[in-house]
Amino acid sequence: MFDDSNIIVGLEIGTSKVCAVVGEQAADGALNIIGLGQARSRGVRKGEIVDPKQAEEDVRNAVVEAESMAGAEISNVYLGVTGGHIRGFNNRGVHPVVSADREISDDDVQDVIKNAKAINLPAENNVVHAIRQHFFVDGQDGITNPVGMLGSRLEVDVHVVHGSTNRLQNAIRLVKGFQIQVNEIVFNGLAASLALLSNEQKELGALVIDIGGGTTDYVVYVGGVIKHTGVLAIGGDHVSNDLAYGLKVPLSRAEKLKLEHGSAVVDEAALGRAVTFTNELGLPIKTINVGHLQRIMSLRLEEIFQLIAQDLEQAGLCDYLRAGVFLTGGGARVPHIAKLAEPVLQMPVSIGQTNSISGLKSALDQPEFAAAIGLVRFGSFKNRKRDGKSSLAQGIKGAISSLLRRS
Amino acid sequence: MNAKSETPDSIPEAAYTPAIKIFGVGGAGVALLDTLNAVEFAGAGFVAIDTDAAPLATSSATVKIHLETKLLRGLGTGGDPERGRALAEEQFSTLKSACDGANVVLIIAGLGGGAGSGISPVLARAAKETGVLVLAFVTLPFACEGNRRQQQAQQGLEQLKSVADGVICLPNQKTFKLIDDNTSVLDTFRITGGLLVEGVRGVWRLLTRPGLIQIHFDDLCALVRDRHSESAFAFVEASGPARSREAVEKLLAHPLLDEGRALADTDAVLVSLMGGKDLTMADVNRVMEQIGRYCERAQIIMGAAVDTEMKGRLSVTLIAGRNAAARTETPADSPESSVSPETAPRSGIRQTSPSSSLSLEQREHLTARHAARGRRAGNKLLQTQLPLAIISKGRFDKSEPTIHKGEDLDIPTYVRRGISLN
Repeated sequence: MFDDSNIIVGLEIGTSKVCAVVGEQAADGALNIIGLGQARSRGVRKGEIVDPKQAEEDVRNAVVEAESMAGAEISNVYLGVTGGHIRGFNNRGVHPVVSADREISDDDVQDVIKNAKAINLPAENNVVHAIRQHFFVDGQDGITNPVGMLGSRLEVDVHVVHGSTNRLQNAIRLVKGFQIQVNEIVFNGLAASLALLSNEQKELGALVIDIGGGTTDYVVYVGGVIKHTGVLAIGGDHVSNDLAYGLKVPLSRAEKLKLEHGSAVVDEAALGRAVTFTNELGLPIKTINVGHLQRIMSLRLEEIFQLIAQDLEQAGLCDYLRAGVFLTGGGARVPHIAKLAEPVLQMPVSIGQTNSISGLKSALDQPEFAAAIGLVRFGSFKNRKRDGKSSLAQGIKGAISSLLRRS
Repeated sequence: MNAKSETPDSIPEAAYTPAIKIFGVGGAGVALLDTLNAVEFAGAGFVAIDTDAAPLATSSATVKIHLETKLLRGLGTGGDPERGRALAEEQFSTLKSACDGANVVLIIAGLGGGAGSGISPVLARAAKETGVLVLAFVTLPFACEGNRRQQQAQQGLEQLKSVADGVICLPNQKTFKLIDDNTSVLDTFRITGGLLVEGVRGVWRLLTRPGLIQIHFDDLCALVRDRHSESAFAFVEASGPARSREAVEKLLAHPLLDEGRALADTDAVLVSLMGGKDLTMADVNRVMEQIGRYCERAQIIMGAAVDTEMKGRLSVTLIAGRNAAARTETPADSPESSVSPETAPRSGIRQTSPSSSLSLEQREHLTARHAARGRRAGNKLLQTQLPLAIISKGRFDKSEPTIHKGEDLDIPTYVRRGISLN
């Protein structure tokens, strides 16, 4: 029988596109992207589904395309979620070590994590992630594995990402409608960061900004762990909308103009340059000023970075990001965006590259797919963990099956 | 009546301490006056003015003026500012004589009722005629108190602004940010009163305590004079080793400063720091740097003073004035720019109509912002434009608005910032 346990699928229902990425995990854990399906998304605004019918169709198209490309059936996915309702915060759990010899045992660690995850959330909210940060033993910071250490007071910080249950369920239900299991939901920003950052960069401290169609998700790593996450419900759609409003053109035209003439900083050469578009008969309809276009765009994008910078400053994280800022998502395609972001964030800014994943080069190189690829990455981590845990059970199972085979 | 306060010997006495009279007008004003009438304000003259005899009787003010005619039959103005005004006009000379001998008159009133809205403008005028500086601290009623009171309060405010040198106005509605569901009505009023009292205290200190870096009396006059549109005001106190940072944080979170936004729109800021002898230059620098960052365009007047009682503590008084007339006209001729160059005061005609999906408060906020941005050319006598430019949110018309700190981020950035394209 075809065993698909090493197939990992990431599905992102984004504002501008629905995208399914199929990855294959080799026995040694290496990931290989073997399939990619995408469809223009029509039922999503600001990262959240507003028209389930449309969204359903788009998801179907993307999944079918991915399946045919990968030559595998998709039965379960890691689903990316985002939206303005998603929030992140840090929480600390405390646990006194009660054993006589003050040695910290596995149980103590489990208990303290459990304590840290016991969070008071509003009733309608649900935890998406509770990501462990560092342990503290008697106030000593930066301990990654306290088992076997001596201490009387064990603490742990977790970063909790939570969102509105109903809104999260919308996407999950939609996927389940296709008889596809949702293994886990993953915050898109987190997924993107997994695709982009190497361990070293996480250790140094890095900020990943995923500028999508409807939302801008960002994640901060400090000392190898996630310290901060955030979602701004502003994205490429807003840029197009601003252009449509400011230049008085239809939205579709604004979208096109953005792709053709857009720039994050106002080009000297563009100042005063005019673009005329014509109707099907070749008659001019309207002339727009490229300088204005870029100015509107630049202001909007700058504001996004300003809001993020403010948020980080409030969280007191600005000084820890030594690896710099990595941009991804469709917004990272805007020309000169790094040049715009650098003075605002006051850090080196670069466009993120997906790393240590092999496979379809066309997919890997595009910033739009970072989150979806990251979802596959996330899945592979989960798989590896599961494998590690059930090694004993598997060993027994393997022994029995080999016995059976022999007979 | 000079206010000589307990100042340490090592510090030179202020060259000039003005005589201050504090007037409480109407029920709210008299009540607030009582909370003020403490040791700290030794040297000030307290005058309570009301049409109702009962609150006056219990007031601890040194001078009480009971405005009364047969017309009212001892029942007060009945919430009608016209009666209050008529009464005050009648007793104009009494009011004027009450202001005699002062350099500064502080008027405290709760607008919206009969006495506060009716009498205080007349009192301010009386004070002006005796040639003193008039600063008014007023509260506006809660929205739930009804339209009529709001209108009366707005009228009173406008009148007051046209006569007083400076009006510092605290809309009670803003204090909703400070209270939770369980706060009692009594506590709520105590909080609003407390904010106002803090304001008075701040100005008082500013005027009476000797400064190392002196803010001269004239500076205050210059700042509040002719800046009628809106003076924002905040007084915060912090203690402990991180006091400067704490003070700045409190300041930026202050409801009267709209979380720091008021600072961005001002063109003159007066900051007075007061600390114990342990006040360090680093503290002063840190506070000023932060404030300066928020109001880059503004002229900043800074003062610092030392009070031995303030050991380990730091108090910051901030007055942000906006000179409506002094703003330079920037052409807003771009057809895309929805911000009209005409002005509308906070209460005036809406220039833009934000989407109806917003809550009332958000909408008010937006219009206030737009009004602030658009206020370039004028004073309130200018004819306002009809709200013709409506900002459409296009694609996001029907989706949930993205509100960040009261700003609707779905509206194009350049519109919100009032940047013209040409």
